[in-house]
Amino acid sequence: MDIAVCVKQIPDPNTPGELDPTTHRLRREGVDAVLDPGDEFGIEAGLALAEAHGGEVRVVSMGPERSVEAIRKALAMGAAGGVLVADPALVGADALTTARVLAAAIRRGPFDLVITSTESTDGYTGVVPQAIAELLGIPAVTFARSVSFDGSTLTVRRQTENGTETVEAGLPCVLSVTAGVNAPRYPSLRGIMAARSKPLDRLSLNDLDVQLGEVDQEIVRVEPAPQRKGGEVVADDGTGAQRILELLRQAKVI
Amino acid sequence: MDFELTAEQRAVRDLCREFAREEIAPRAAHLDRSEEFPYELVAAMGRLGLFALPFAPEVGGAGGDFISYCLALEEVARADAACAITLEAAVSLGITPMVLYATPEQRGRWLPALLAGERLWAYGLTEPGSGSDAAGLESRAEPDGEELVITGRKAFITNAGTEISAGVTVAVITGWEGSRKRISLLAVERGTPGYTVGPRYRKLGWHASDTRELAFESCRVPRANLIGTEGRGLEQFLHILEWGRVAIAALSVGLAQACLDQCLRYVPERRQFGVPIARFQATQFKLADMATQIEAARLLTWRAAALVDAGKPPGVHASMAKLHASEVATACANQAVQIHGGAGFIEDLPVARYYRDAKVGEIGEGTSEVQRILIARALLGAAVEES
Ligand SMILES: Cc1cc2nc3c(=O)[nH]c(=O)nc-3n(C[C@H](O)[C@H](O)[C@H](O)COP(=O)(O)OP(=O)(O)OC[C@H]3O[C@@H](n4cnc5c(N)ncnc54)[C@H](O)[C@@H]3O)c2cc1C
Ligand SMILES: Cc1cc2nc3c(=O)[nH]c(=O)nc-3n(C[C@H](O)[C@H](O)[C@H](O)COP(=O)(O)OP(=O)(O)OC[C@H]3O[C@@H](n4cnc5c(N)ncnc54)[C@H](O)[C@@H]3O)c2cc1C
Repeated sequence: MDIAVCVKQIPDPNTPGELDPTTHRLRREGVDAVLDPGDEFGIEAGLALAEAHGGEVRVVSMGPERSVEAIRKALAMGAAGGVLVADPALVGADALTTARVLAAAIRRGPFDLVITSTESTDGYTGVVPQAIAELLGIPAVTFARSVSFDGSTLTVRRQTENGTETVEAGLPCVLSVTAGVNAPRYPSLRGIMAARSKPLDRLSLNDLDVQLGEVDQEIVRVEPAPQRKGGEVVADDGTGAQRILELLRQAKVI
Repeated sequence: MDFELTAEQRAVRDLCREFAREEIAPRAAHLDRSEEFPYELVAAMGRLGLFALPFAPEVGGAGGDFISYCLALEEVARADAACAITLEAAVSLGITPMVLYATPEQRGRWLPALLAGERLWAYGLTEPGSGSDAAGLESRAEPDGEELVITGRKAFITNAGTEISAGVTVAVITGWEGSRKRISLLAVERGTPGYTVGPRYRKLGWHASDTRELAFESCRVPRANLIGTEGRGLEQFLHILEWGRVAIAALSVGLAQACLDQCLRYVPERRQFGVPIARFQATQFKLADMATQIEAARLLTWRAAALVDAGKPPGVHASMAKLHASEVATACANQAVQIHGGAGFIEDLPVARYYRDAKVGEIGEGTSEVQRILIARALLGAAVEES
């Protein structure tokens, strides 16, 4: 099974982020960059499937040149190769552009499965995986909390708003995984040294068969999320249970 | 000149930092209190590849350089010095002599499990009667047919008595040239009759690490257990110690950094006279001095490590790095306790442990006095030899 895992390098989430007041993008200069921790789950899922069923994991990333370090980390974890699309023309790329570029890069090699995280830790739009699936013309199985494969069918327990549901999919498809789907391995020191000799392709837009189209997503305004209202404390004077039942009915949850 | 780490060195540091922060740091206080040997962490460090890090792939190593090894030790020590010394002794004192001097047959027998961190190998130079004067050792091995019979004692030996300790390389007298000792290195497997491992010492710091006295009484080992050429033990262990000093320097830098890290967490929180103590210039100057000294110690360490990587003896640079870094660690631990006030004296915060763990850096693998002697000898050369 040939697996493409999309990985993104992001500003270190442990350092306080700052938005550029004009572009509303996260300031990246002078901030340490790391492999998106969410993508480690995707890499682990890919490696586990490849180890159990044969095949290789290739990581694909679009981002500035220094994203090679995120790719190297994936290589040190065990991925067989990596592709970085770095092109100055992609600065400020929106989610659809990103998906177009990633889909084109994925299409260059054989793939049975494309794995992403459900949403990136920085951009957080959560639309890239589905867009990649659409562009590749294959199904998207999203929000995976657990994944198993019997040699032909992928069985996925999905996180939904109300709980979980289990779905099956044939290959090829796009799979987006949630944090907690597995326990990502540490890269090994041997892996870091071995990463030296693994193939890492650097591509620019000219190398890809991609129609960028209009960039039609623009961040117009950024506002703090509305404060959650404080909860209501029900003092139990014997009617507590009754009162809570009423509240739950009002909220239409029962 | 370029002070930047390579991409690989950064990757090693980042990985070790993450591993140390997530796996080691949360257990450090418990290990210190219980004095339990960290078997699980040793196994985890083994899986990570730490024991194989600075050795060539040809001998089963991971192919990293000595600077990477120093970066790894710094990060491990930043989380827990006892784990760091366990790693350092296993790599610098246990594995390194085998990589440098053992025959392919000997390496094949012992190295794979040691490089995987599944077993530990110790190094016994110090004796009850000879520490700084290492060449004053008295343990001896007398030939008897194809065997050597060892008699003597070794003191303060790290990693010799754990459940996964596989053996020890001892420095012993194997003969005399007139009044000059012929010193050799000899591998003794755990369980060899006549080799007994004493109880663990109770120590001021490094509580989780394993340190013991060893006794050899009519202990017979095959001649084939000689590590390297017979009679060359002195120059061999001096070489090993030189590299080891660089590693101890790296460990000390990590401990000093841990002191600064903890202070930087504390000073914005702790308020006195209505303001965080971070506002007091007296606090700020302590922090500034700590940061400056740590950076100087780190650069000295990298300098010495770079010499090892360039295939040159680190010599006096190893002594300077070890001397300075270990003294910086005790100074930083001292200031860290001071900055924490009473809380620094209480075992709830890690600073009290840092204070206890720091001191031995000025003693093990050559005391500060011995480093100064070596540095002075390099400065004065023949002028002191003749007197
Ligand atoms: C030169 C350059 C500069 C960039 N600067 C920024 C920036 O400042 N801020 C920013 O957020 N983005 C930046 N990007 C990346 C790109 O614009 C975003 O990745 C894109 O908008 C996706 O949005 P999202 O993160 O919300 O995706 P989501 O839909 O939230 O992502 C879901 C998953 O899709 C995958 N994925 C998403 N983006 C990528 C990617 N680029 N490469 C590989 N896999 C991916 C990951 O697995 C991710 O978890 C830059 C790209 C380039 C080439
Ligand atoms: C926790 C721990 C772990 C250890 N692990 C190992 C190990 O794995 N293997 C091993 O072989 N050894 C090990 N050692 C031993 C260590 O290397 C020695 O303790 C150290 O070299 C000092 O020797 P000593 O203790 O005999 O002190 P001494 O040599 O007795 O020194 C006492 C004091 O006299 C000073 N002094 C001595 N000679 C001079 C001089 N000429 N001029 C000026 N001052 C002098 C010293 O600096 C010191 O201050 C370990 C020690 C400890 C504490």
